[in-house]
Amino acid sequence: MPSLTINGVAHDVDVPGEMPLLWVIRDVVGMPGTKFGCGVAQCGACTVHLDGTPVRSCSTAVSQAAGKQITTVEGLSPDGTHPVQKAWVEAAVPQCGYCQSGQMMSAAALLAKSKTPSDSEIDAAMSGNICRCGTYPRIKAAIKRAGELS
Amino acid sequence: MRRAVFIRTTAVFGAGLALGACAKHPAQVPDYQPSPEPSVTFAPNAWVHVRTDGTVAVLINKSEMGQGVYTGLPMLVAEELDVPFDRIRVQIAPAQDQYADPVFKDMTTGGSTSIADMYPIMRGAGAAARAMLIAAAAKKWNVDPSTLTTKAGNVVDASGNRTASYADLAVSAGTETPPKNVKLKDDTQFTLIGTSPKRLDLDAKVRATATYGIDVVVPGMVYANILKAPTFGGTVDTVDDAAARKVAGVFDVVKISSGVAVVAKNTWAAMQGRDALKVTWKNDGPAAHVNTAKMFADAEKAARTTGVVAAQHGDVDKAQGKVVEAVYRGPFLAHAAMEPMNATADVRDDAVEVWAPTQVQTRSRDAAMKITGFPADKVTIHTTFLGGGFGRRLDPDYVVDAVEISKAVKKPVKVTWRREDDIKNDFYRPMSVNVVRAKLDSAGHVAAWEHRVASPSIVKRWAPAMLTKSGVDFSAIDQVMPSYYAFGNLRTTYADFEPGIPVGFMRAPGANWNSFATESFIDELAHAAGKDPVAFRLALLDPKKGARMRSVLQLAAQKAGWGHPQHAGASQGVGICDWGGSYGALIAEVSVKGKDITVHRAVMSADCGIVVHPDIVAAQLEGAINYGIAMAMTSKITFTDGKVDQNNFYDYTVLRMKDAPKIETYVVKSKEKPTGIGELGTPPIAPAIGNAIFKATGKRVRQLPFSDGLA
Repeated sequence: MPSLTINGVAHDVDVPGEMPLLWVIRDVVGMPGTKFGCGVAQCGACTVHLDGTPVRSCSTAVSQAAGKQITTVEGLSPDGTHPVQKAWVEAAVPQCGYCQSGQMMSAAALLAKSKTPSDSEIDAAMSGNICRCGTYPRIKAAIKRAGELS
Repeated sequence: MRRAVFIRTTAVFGAGLALGACAKHPAQVPDYQPSPEPSVTFAPNAWVHVRTDGTVAVLINKSEMGQGVYTGLPMLVAEELDVPFDRIRVQIAPAQDQYADPVFKDMTTGGSTSIADMYPIMRGAGAAARAMLIAAAAKKWNVDPSTLTTKAGNVVDASGNRTASYADLAVSAGTETPPKNVKLKDDTQFTLIGTSPKRLDLDAKVRATATYGIDVVVPGMVYANILKAPTFGGTVDTVDDAAARKVAGVFDVVKISSGVAVVAKNTWAAMQGRDALKVTWKNDGPAAHVNTAKMFADAEKAARTTGVVAAQHGDVDKAQGKVVEAVYRGPFLAHAAMEPMNATADVRDDAVEVWAPTQVQTRSRDAAMKITGFPADKVTIHTTFLGGGFGRRLDPDYVVDAVEISKAVKKPVKVTWRREDDIKNDFYRPMSVNVVRAKLDSAGHVAAWEHRVASPSIVKRWAPAMLTKSGVDFSAIDQVMPSYYAFGNLRTTYADFEPGIPVGFMRAPGANWNSFATESFIDELAHAAGKDPVAFRLALLDPKKGARMRSVLQLAAQKAGWGHPQHAGASQGVGICDWGGSYGALIAEVSVKGKDITVHRAVMSADCGIVVHPDIVAAQLEGAINYGIAMAMTSKITFTDGKVDQNNFYDYTVLRMKDAPKIETYVVKSKEKPTGIGELGTPPIAPAIGNAIFKATGKRVRQLPFSDGLA
């Protein structure tokens, strides 16, 4: 019975250790912000942070997350005040919005390392996150703006 | 798809389908999800509810899949009602006939038609509400209504001395008779239309509180995953579910029409159970052993030797000139919306409730009626946010899955497909082979244009009444003979080449492939005639039917700096198209090194009539261009012995940020009625890239994706 710390809150969950963290977060803990997109760490929709490092929760066993600080999109801020959320609003990034929680989590992890990432650093950090609505130009602009707001 | 495709003969809607709530997270989504309306006090019509708290609910009959209908449509109401936009609250309309689209005659979102179809209706709804509020104030003050006006959610009298808020007038306005005719604002009076207020779904999407279909939770719900047939037309032969039933968390295994469903206590357990199934399949159908190479060979033969005439002017055979001919080949494509297919259904003894990310509420309801035998008034369809649509959710097969499973297990069920199920069980963008032949006269004019298409028909399944008597699917031949070009002699033919693969509408269907063939071939003709590709197109445009396109193409050429690429060593290519009544021109800047193609920059101009929300228009063009880049550059669905070769995003490759170009969009100022914008950007990017590749390398690529075609 792993104990998980999600956004600072402890959750005792009765699940097999090999169950992907994504499905524990979504179906067992009941936090739907983290999305299922591909199941094989190809699209980034399920991105969460483990001790600040972005991981694909669809391909991370829940046992690997036990004892670590798990941050989901709900952990950025509930009221839209995280710089990434503010910049996402300013640039009107989301269209369908489905991939954006993963995009914002990858962006937040990048900005935690550097507030002024270059275009190529942004490309490298963000190219694991697919957006089929094609919001890439706005994501890139919003990341730079979020750096200014941080 | 073209709107003409959608005119259906009947519109059977039940009355009284209730609004319901997503049980688990109602507090997070108060104004974006179906919810009760305790504070409604004045509902002058189906679309507008003025509340006593000063907010105004607008009922939206279109699915929000990113294209901005939850913002654009309410703006039309707010404009006429004169209410500040931040007081607008979106409510999703229930599946009732009063919410049918006036052209589709049912609840369908597609074809870039939402703003165009709803423009007069939503404006009229807002204007009617305003007239009744004015009438109520006139009675209260005992003055002639014509002396009153409105401003920012208030009725004010001519002197400016008296003001009454809509909130205060709501109760008495409810006793007024709705006006039969209302005067709409003149375009010059607009204060909201043409501006870009904050999207009403934006906060929910950045706070991750927007509820998509996959997020729906209802009390007592179980989770399902389905093993589907490995080939199209396959059916279950034998099932050994002993191992599946032993998987921890698995409750049940049920056979449904699309395969074998495993029902469990969570999605992952259902997937584990599905992987433990041992199922054999039978398939004697036409698609059981299809192979891509043979399909293309057969389709080319069909294009050349069969096909019915779709359009004909003059005589292409008698026309004189130098013959130029080329064959273009386009693959099947999967939509690959980010939210995998899913739906939740609760089949009870006397009613069924469905929660679905769907573009087709009426078809979803009809599907649930057919499975359960319930009448329309016992079927409730809740529309969630859609994690991408692109036409995939114009078919309700995932709703069928959920309803069938819930009926079998007698519990509410959420079915979630894997990405692999999505890639392998799509209604694909049809493959197509286009044989294009033209004659150039001595002056370099197009004396004859013949375009022969062989491609599976979407329309014959989806809206068979829309096939012509001779069997032409107008979706399949869209953009093979654009009306803005003045071809002296013209003939187009269509062969319904049917390999047995399910096909469906995908962003700018027909056009998203045919524009590549047409606009690449126009480029071939320009080069054969020794003319500049932009100048050649301008000369070919019809003086009348090509007038709006002329402005659009000239604007793109000017903004792109045609002939002068921004990137050192890059080459430019052009493509144009019309879609949903709108016109677009795109110029791409491309570099080619070996087999590596880099798209640096895409400059697009558009004319979509009156622009309601300029920033959403820009976003739709940006997104449609990027969607088209994936279609052009790397995406394809192929078949080996009946099976889809691709699985997931590692082999069905789509655009990623590192390959996304800089995009600039420019929209022509227009007083024409508003027309579609959600798909216009997709068709012209592939030919613009291909034409730039030719400019850079001298190699004409006639097969997509370019990753294959340039090989």
